[in-house]
Amino acid sequence: MIKFLTSLSLYLLPLIITIILCSALVKKTPAYESFIEGARDGFNIAIKIIPYLIAIMAASAMFRASGAVDILGKFLNPVFETFKIPPQTLMVMITRSLSGSATLGVLGDIINQTGVDSYATKLAAIITGSSETTFYVASVYFGAVGIKKFRYALLSGIMADITGLIAAIYIASIFFL
Amino acid sequence: MNYIFIFLILISFVCALINGRMDIVIDEMLKASTRAVEIALGLIGIMAFWLGIVNIAKDCGLIDLFSKLIKKPLLLLFPDLKNNPSALSNIALNISANALGLTNAATPFGIKAMEDMQEKNQNKEIATDSMCMFLAVNTAGFQLVPAVVIAILSANGMKNPTQIILPTLFATTIAFISSIFFAKIFQKLSQAKKELFK
Repeated sequence: MIKFLTSLSLYLLPLIITIILCSALVKKTPAYESFIEGARDGFNIAIKIIPYLIAIMAASAMFRASGAVDILGKFLNPVFETFKIPPQTLMVMITRSLSGSATLGVLGDIINQTGVDSYATKLAAIITGSSETTFYVASVYFGAVGIKKFRYALLSGIMADITGLIAAIYIASIFFL
Repeated sequence: MNYIFIFLILISFVCALINGRMDIVIDEMLKASTRAVEIALGLIGIMAFWLGIVNIAKDCGLIDLFSKLIKKPLLLLFPDLKNNPSALSNIALNISANALGLTNAATPFGIKAMEDMQEKNQNKEIATDSMCMFLAVNTAGFQLVPAVVIAILSANGMKNPTQIILPTLFATTIAFISSIFFAKIFQKLSQAKKELFK
């Protein structure tokens, strides 16, 4: 079952691309020009996240090198061990609701530290990919129209974040452990 | 984020002082900065490719089609938008664009949807139920393909980074459903509270 699902992962991307290209064919959209125009944004996005990556990767690398993580890890280890969660992923869990770019930085730091094929990297990747930064979205959307009382919007978002986090940990363990 | 950043660096200096590892900390600081740029640059190719592909989807009307399809089910989540078709279609467009990872395209739709809802809002400073629901759903970040994450994994040499697509999709779907669930529950609770104080 898991093997089937893993190979399904492999075919999902080609499937989506095929659907997109076929509908471009049907609608007679200038696919090539459209592609070029969209691809230009990729450059901007990559450049835009550089300062965030540097800030967070440098800060967390320093934090780790100083031995502070070992102290923090000692407290959390029993919990993390029970659920087979690599302690390196703790930072991802903390930052993911706060800042998307920072979370990418933490992901980069985990890859740096444990290697790209480690379970910690995979779990962190799933956590990063499955969430949106609750606080950022709230401040942008509510800020744009001048809403001051958020009522239960943030609470619902955070509860969903926590549920998603637990789901990510569970699903990652099924797929990759 | 401010405090996390400051806290991380200051604590590292203190711990480094205690553990006598200041040299390693400084070394790591410099190395990590270089690594960050390398990762970001390595990301350009894949990000550009993906955004090129989804731009075709946008131009040939796939996103519009998708948003039309989800409009009906969306009415279940936003019952008070029955008389606000503009808000509903902007929400549909926002969710569709987000699902494809077009965050930059999704944000204007989202803000437009908020403005549409604000127009009918009685008290301009307090969020309506629909606004809260929209925000909750949005923060769950439903996405078909986590392009940036795949790009980072691949830039670092993972052999088949697409292996994370499906597990990520499961996790984000669960987050999406639970955001609806929690928003509905809190909505019911706040209604009950209002009745109580009437």
